[in-house]
Amino acid sequence: MPDLLLELFSEEIPARMQRRAAEDLKKLVTDALVERGFLYEGAKAFATPRRLALHIAGLPVKGQDVREERKGPRVGSPDAAIQGFLKGAGLSSIEQARIESDPKKGEFYVAVIEKPGRSTPDVLAEILPAIIKTFPWPKSMRWGAASREPGSLRWVRPLHSIVCTFGPETEDPEVVRFNVDGIASGDVTKGHRFLAPGEIRVKRFDDYAPALERAKVVIDTDRRKDMILHDARDLAFAQGLELVEDEGLLEEVAGLVEWPVVLMGSFDEAFLDIPPEVIRTTIRANQKCFVLRDPGTGRLANKFILVSNLVASDGGRTIVAGNERVVRARLSDAKFFWETDQKVKLEDRLEKLKSIVFHEKLGTQYERVERIAALAKELAPIVGADPALAERAARLAKADLVTEMVGEFPELQGLMGRYYATLQGEHASVAAAIEEHYKPLGPSDRVPTDPVSVAVALADKIDTLVGFWAIDEKPTGSKDPYALRRAALGVIRLLLENKKNLQLRSVIYNALQKLEAIFVVDPKSLEAAQAKLAEIDDPAEKPDLSYFKTQDLLEFFADRLKVALRDQGARHDLIDAVLSLSGSSDLLMIVRRVEALGRFLDTEDGRNLLAGYRRAANILRIEEKKDGRSYGEAPDLEIVNAQGQIEEKALVVALDGAKREAAAAVEAEDFEGAMRALSRLRQPVDAFFDKVTVNAEDPALRANRLRLLNSIREATRTVADFSRIEG
Amino acid sequence: MTSEPAHMNPARSFQGLILTLQRYWAEQGCVILQPYDMEVGAGTFHPATTLRALGPKSWRAAYVQPSRRPKDGRYGENPNRLQHYYQFQVILKPNPPNLQELYLGSLEAIGIDASVHDIRFVEDDWESPTLGAWGLGWECWCDGMEVSQFTYFQQVAGFECSPVAGELTYGLERLAMYLQGVESIYDLNFNGLEGVEKVTYGDVFLQAEQEYSRHNFEHADTEMLFRHFRDAEAACRRYLEAGEPKAGSNDSRHLMALPAYDQCIKASHMFNLLDARGVISVTERQSYILRVRELAKACGAAWLKTEGGGVAA
Repeated sequence: MPDLLLELFSEEIPARMQRRAAEDLKKLVTDALVERGFLYEGAKAFATPRRLALHIAGLPVKGQDVREERKGPRVGSPDAAIQGFLKGAGLSSIEQARIESDPKKGEFYVAVIEKPGRSTPDVLAEILPAIIKTFPWPKSMRWGAASREPGSLRWVRPLHSIVCTFGPETEDPEVVRFNVDGIASGDVTKGHRFLAPGEIRVKRFDDYAPALERAKVVIDTDRRKDMILHDARDLAFAQGLELVEDEGLLEEVAGLVEWPVVLMGSFDEAFLDIPPEVIRTTIRANQKCFVLRDPGTGRLANKFILVSNLVASDGGRTIVAGNERVVRARLSDAKFFWETDQKVKLEDRLEKLKSIVFHEKLGTQYERVERIAALAKELAPIVGADPALAERAARLAKADLVTEMVGEFPELQGLMGRYYATLQGEHASVAAAIEEHYKPLGPSDRVPTDPVSVAVALADKIDTLVGFWAIDEKPTGSKDPYALRRAALGVIRLLLENKKNLQLRSVIYNALQKLEAIFVVDPKSLEAAQAKLAEIDDPAEKPDLSYFKTQDLLEFFADRLKVALRDQGARHDLIDAVLSLSGSSDLLMIVRRVEALGRFLDTEDGRNLLAGYRRAANILRIEEKKDGRSYGEAPDLEIVNAQGQIEEKALVVALDGAKREAAAAVEAEDFEGAMRALSRLRQPVDAFFDKVTVNAEDPALRANRLRLLNSIREATRTVADFSRIEG
Repeated sequence: MTSEPAHMNPARSFQGLILTLQRYWAEQGCVILQPYDMEVGAGTFHPATTLRALGPKSWRAAYVQPSRRPKDGRYGENPNRLQHYYQFQVILKPNPPNLQELYLGSLEAIGIDASVHDIRFVEDDWESPTLGAWGLGWECWCDGMEVSQFTYFQQVAGFECSPVAGELTYGLERLAMYLQGVESIYDLNFNGLEGVEKVTYGDVFLQAEQEYSRHNFEHADTEMLFRHFRDAEAACRRYLEAGEPKAGSNDSRHLMALPAYDQCIKASHMFNLLDARGVISVTERQSYILRVRELAKACGAAWLKTEGGGVAA
């Protein structure tokens, strides 16, 4: 079966876009083929800085033939009808149509239309230009004389040539001819920009890849990565060193070369006084080079690995010397920053935070630090931290933003603060909290455990959330520009993983109240809030706007908690069952309740109680609907005593006990105890359903029994909303 | 090259580097212009780039542009930073299909041999918020060092470029430092001569760096600068207004685009000086940038109504 080879040759494609572009190309072309009924055996796409390539193996030579019969008018129909039929069926005379007959319709014409499958190259020539013209680059551009015209071709950088061939292995493939904005497809490409700039005529993928390889182009990104990694490790090993591996950097440098040549350079040992993270960041960010370490001590070595795109005629001496020069200049800068920064104490930098706007409506970093410090101090006792240390750490936490080093390398924020704090003799927990207060930065990031870090990390995130809630800048859909979901997840993980109880409600409410002056309220939620306010008579009970915003933010937390628990495999229905009832804003308690509920439902008592609950709820639903009223009142004990059966009486007693016991246990946060109390209901509930007829003939007795069923429902509500439980 | 004296060698002489680039781009058909006679932050501000990038007419030019970045002054104490430095600017509109090859040719002309140097095009998209301009391109690396900026202009002054121009900017001091193998800008050999005849970059500019750093950071008269900013802004608007085609006239051309644009350049420089003096707060900063951008856009719109912008006389 024939193969397709497609290559789009352009000026340098940004490294970060290459892999995705190759995948997009493969998907777009194969989808378009499959949509037209062309199946294939395999497809693989490639990318280098200067080309995207696609190989599709095992395509048919042409599409399937299609045979269609079209019924026409009756024999002897008016001429207009006959002519219309001929035209529609593509026939030139009525003799070409068959005559069939049918008992109802009589004799009528039938045209047999045979559409031979289109040749694959024709279909490709139709599909490919459209894909190229609408290719989903993250950013694209126009260029050259063609850009005088509106609607000229856009590509990531100027597109120069297109190779497109199709054919079986045994014959010379043909060029699939098409033209995109003046670029005609052909079978000629070019090799490495400097090492083999000449033109190369290619036939098919099998000779394309080796021809390029001879022309110093490795088309497969993963192979380039392997080459770099192996050579880098070997070079390091030969020096008794170890490569500090960096997948992101490896991917990037593999996208900057067509022919990787790995070289080693070195720098003055004196630079090793700079923190290793700084050296690594400097060399990585500016030079896209790898650093090396001594496998014995784990310390950085004064060597680096660079990946060039050239087999240089001097063996790479000039390239290494040039890179060493730049690394030297960069490390000199870093050393200068490192030394200068140490001359000013962190607390003396705070004044400068006044000139950094955190958010137009939320004020400067200085104001933010003030808020975080107050909040961290308030939270400290709750998470077991020394309030003075928490406040100190919070106050210094953002000071490194105005150091030279962080100005140059923003990704070192926090870490530099920790270094400088340690150097100026701060308490170890304060120094650690300065670095760790940004954490966790995502679902897999480490959660700090030092109580001071926990206090400041919580304060930082809660302040962010409360602030953006105050000004009504909440995440919507996929838009979350201030990473508020991440902040909420951070709070959740900090509390759960450190097992800290915190009533978020009062913390949030108090923080919001302090921001009332800058509140932004969306008119819709204001309306809803006012409607709710109108329902409340007692002026002392009237909630304020902070109350509504608190509610809203707590709901956001509940959503994030659900997502987080679900990701850990918790049953979403149990989370709903607990969340829908709990007035608690203590996340740890909610999670414990979910866990206890899950364990309870795994026991036989739990399963039976759930079955009993459902039976009660079903009967109630049906009867309440039938009667058009609810049976929400407490059962009349006199009726039970006077007319009730023994099982009924037993249930009343059991319900009363279980409800009180469960409520007390919940109060004491003893969820196991609450479940145990409920589990004692199982036997009396079962007995009740076994022996007692709910729909008694005496209407008063019946009504009272329905109220009893309602009591079962009510009792379970002390721990969870059983109606939310599935399965 | 062989006929030229050794002190003209671009690897030994700063001015030799400039002259070689001028000669090379002159050979490619560029108009070799002289620096614009106003203070600008980058070669792009020269009307030969900003305004000529707009409209349908073909245009090829190259020039050296002294660029002023008041904030980058270091009192002559930093070997890599200057508040006044030279850019070599090339603009080719529309960009020829072989612009990358032409650029590589220019590197060869100044002595960068592609068989021993690792030359790379690394993604770097360009944007000038003050000019309302952006483009896609690269920073060009030679052995890990950025030696030029290569941009395909997509938009200037808020207008789509049609056709697109290719712009090259060489940071001359940095390039010369690499070619000459010196670690400080001030050690650059300016005239390529040796001994008593040798003139260094420091001989020419060190005093200026010290004095202007004092001026930019400590003494620049901020009240005057604020006033000049407002004056330039108002004058720009007035000139634009005055140059507008008259209602009922057959001539639909704008008559004052260039003088108006000068005032936009002036406002931009006043802003840079005020910024260096630290008297513009972060929030105000954005609004000043916007004000300059509005001027740039209005000037671009006016230019498109001139002959240079493609309107028939």
